[in-house]
Amino acid sequence: MLKRALERFTLTDFLMWLVGTVIVSLVVVGSIATLRAGEYTSRHWFDFFIFGLAQGSIYALIALGYTLVYGILRMINFAHSEVFMSGAYIGYFVATSFNRSGFMDKSPYVALLIVMAVAMLTSVTVAVLVERIAYRPLRRAPRLVPLITAIGASFFLQEAFRTLFGSQSKAYPDVDVLKGTVSLGGDFAIQKIQILVILAAGLLMAALYYFVMKTRTGKAMRAVSEDKDTAALMGINVDSIIVRTFVLGAAAAGAGGVLYSLMFRQINAYMGFVPGIKAFTAAVLGGVGNIPGAMLGSLFLGIFESIGPILFLDGLGIAAPYQLKDVIAFSMLVLVLIFRPTGILGERLAKAKA
Amino acid sequence: MKKILSSSWFIPLQIGSIAGITGILMSLVGMVEEFAKRDIIAGIIEMGQTLVFINLLVAGYFAASRSQRAQAYLRVIEGGLAGAIATFFLWILVQLIPPLDLRSIFLNASPALIKVLTFDREGAAALGVMLTAGFLSGLAGGLIQSLPARYRTAVVRGLIWVAMLGLLQDLIRVTLLNFPGVGTALQWMFGSRNEKGLSVAGAIAVFVVVTGGSILQSNQATSLSARVGRLPAKQQQFIRWGGLLLAGAIVFYLPQVLGLYLSEVANQVGLFILMGLGLNIVVGFAGLLDLGYVAFFAIGAYVMGYLTTTAIGPESGQIIYGPQLNFWQALPIAVLISLVAGVILGVPVLNIRGDYLAIVTLGFGEIIRILAGSDFLKPYIGGSQGIVQVAPITIAGVDFNSPQKLYYLIILGILLATFVSWRLRDSRIGRAWKALREDEDVAQAMGIHLVSTKLMAFATGAAFAGMSGAIFASKIGSIYPHSFKLLVSINVLALIIVGGMGSLPGVFVGALILVGLPELLREFSEYRLLIYGVLLIIMMLTKPEGFIPETTHKRELHEEEPGTV
Repeated sequence: MLKRALERFTLTDFLMWLVGTVIVSLVVVGSIATLRAGEYTSRHWFDFFIFGLAQGSIYALIALGYTLVYGILRMINFAHSEVFMSGAYIGYFVATSFNRSGFMDKSPYVALLIVMAVAMLTSVTVAVLVERIAYRPLRRAPRLVPLITAIGASFFLQEAFRTLFGSQSKAYPDVDVLKGTVSLGGDFAIQKIQILVILAAGLLMAALYYFVMKTRTGKAMRAVSEDKDTAALMGINVDSIIVRTFVLGAAAAGAGGVLYSLMFRQINAYMGFVPGIKAFTAAVLGGVGNIPGAMLGSLFLGIFESIGPILFLDGLGIAAPYQLKDVIAFSMLVLVLIFRPTGILGERLAKAKA
Repeated sequence: MKKILSSSWFIPLQIGSIAGITGILMSLVGMVEEFAKRDIIAGIIEMGQTLVFINLLVAGYFAASRSQRAQAYLRVIEGGLAGAIATFFLWILVQLIPPLDLRSIFLNASPALIKVLTFDREGAAALGVMLTAGFLSGLAGGLIQSLPARYRTAVVRGLIWVAMLGLLQDLIRVTLLNFPGVGTALQWMFGSRNEKGLSVAGAIAVFVVVTGGSILQSNQATSLSARVGRLPAKQQQFIRWGGLLLAGAIVFYLPQVLGLYLSEVANQVGLFILMGLGLNIVVGFAGLLDLGYVAFFAIGAYVMGYLTTTAIGPESGQIIYGPQLNFWQALPIAVLISLVAGVILGVPVLNIRGDYLAIVTLGFGEIIRILAGSDFLKPYIGGSQGIVQVAPITIAGVDFNSPQKLYYLIILGILLATFVSWRLRDSRIGRAWKALREDEDVAQAMGIHLVSTKLMAFATGAAFAGMSGAIFASKIGSIYPHSFKLLVSINVLALIIVGGMGSLPGVFVGALILVGLPELLREFSEYRLLIYGVLLIIMMLTKPEGFIPETTHKRELHEEEPGTV
């Protein structure tokens, strides 16, 4: 009987729309209630926005790796969050040693650049090793298999870093030039570190986008992600292009790791998990396999996550709404996948079986 | 460069370097030092050196098997060389630790580690001893490789038995002491009470018995099962029933033999088997990759906790007002609610496939965990303080909460779940699931109703997890959100993959290996996940179909797939 009923009403569609409308109306009601209460001034909202923008830029740097690899191999590189973590970790050791030797105070910009370069290099090494050991032998295996090795690699890296360097969280050193805020007139001000994060991430993303769109290697990458076999027939060395893709994604993630650590200060071996999942969520939001999509999705998610809990939930009288920011992020992922499975900008993947 | 690559000495160099780096990693993560506390053969070989030794043995083995030389003795020597090269890497590490103050970065680069690695020698003596030991270990690996396959497996089996018995000796001793008359045998095998590990005589005896037995067994032309197969049908049936009865009797008496601690471990394994059976339906049968499976386990546990908690009201430190049912009243409700949750979470993801499904279900799992720990739901389910004083399991007024009694309840649950999965597997819905797993579009074209088929899979899987969670809540007596991390989902997924996707005996094997073994080897707990990760990768690279593969799945994995990934 249930079966017949299901067939007649297409209950699923109905339920999905029901879920959607309930959530949207909750969001609307909550926002109106919060705004009417007027507890938060425009300065608060501005701060939330800038924080979200900075966080979103970091997500974007991580998301690029996910989206590039997914575009080419059609696999979620679960170890990518550990690639991010490894960059932040090694960056920490370089930064503390610079800090101890006084180099960080003397020429902070050069020091930070070196820290970032080392972090990127570490991330690249880790990513290339993971690709070589855990993914390449499984190129033609069923899709679940590389997913499992990715999970295995992720566990291994987390635990290796934890046991190598100790379980306690470590604090990134204070950098004097990054302390304080820049006033924008009136009540509005931006923290210097946030400016750095947004600028650096924006610069890196632009460089990456240029690389993928304009250079020969980038063109080959796009060709491989379109169709591996045809690309190979056109004389492209598919394996080497795949490695370069990992390198590109890992470099962005390593830089993201340093920026993340400069912003949030604390690092530990499990720090990659949450930003990693968020970044993948963002990549899916934007349409996975699509570079501008990943950037847009990340910025969107970062801002949404920063403003959302207060805006939507505070007005509904929910206690401690900030605890639920991850719930908001994941709910958004679920909603986007339900109503627009190809993501905001994604179209290419609609045909290729997701 | 080309010349080096093609030179025949390149193979030992390459494999030796890989083994050397692996050895350095093992040392620096602290495994070697930590395991050094555990003896395998009392006073002679400890676990830390064994680890290094195994690494070298494997290096020797591979160097010998990869070697292109025709003469066997040269291949064995190449194995030895690989071992020596690997130890040279370790020697360099030892030289670097003090001058570079590596300990300020790598916490485990301690003097104790150096002591273990150098056999407590210094200077040139250390190098000499290390290289000799490395060469000999590699040689041993090469020798094992050069043996005929029959003897090779026998020797490897013997070594594994010695290592396992040595590691588990205190557990074995405690367990077997309950039996009359084995005391002297134990004394002989394990030495005196305060020694940890096998005695020398015991180790030799174990090795000889296992290796000899293994060789003898392989000498027999026909295997046992083939011989049973030739008997008349009546006798075959008799043997089968007899075997089943025997297995039943063993399972029934197990907790009496095992004692408290091991029964507790068995229960832990049992709960994971229960969850594994459920996830096996979702992932193994229907091919729906679910990474948020812990959500249903959590829902089962929380429903049980809420319904049965006996500490209500602020005066008991808790703000929850549950109806205070008993376990048996609450169990069906918990299972039912988990089942409904399976359907509810299943509906939105009906159109989502593959990796997207994995990430969405992962999101669901995290949502449930965060909600459980949030202040928002605190008045109902206790937030981060969880729910305490969950009612224990009682039958007719008798407390059932000791591990040895709970065991029977869990076995009952497993039997039920196994029966259900077994009957479902070849039923109409089971075949529909398999069709779905192979190709969703084709399945739909063949007239399979995707919505009900998928929802059935989610619901059944969720119900099993809910049952497991409910028992878990009563067993522990208090539940906290941090018991329901993503790790549990991954654990369950890994155990069905290691066991063999879609295979019922595989779930049992997987749970025993991935949940049971780490529980027994407590020293390993620090490195459990590290080993776990490596194990997953190695497993997928070498045996992606799992230990006990389902037949169709095995066929699929080993056929060449033309075209795309």
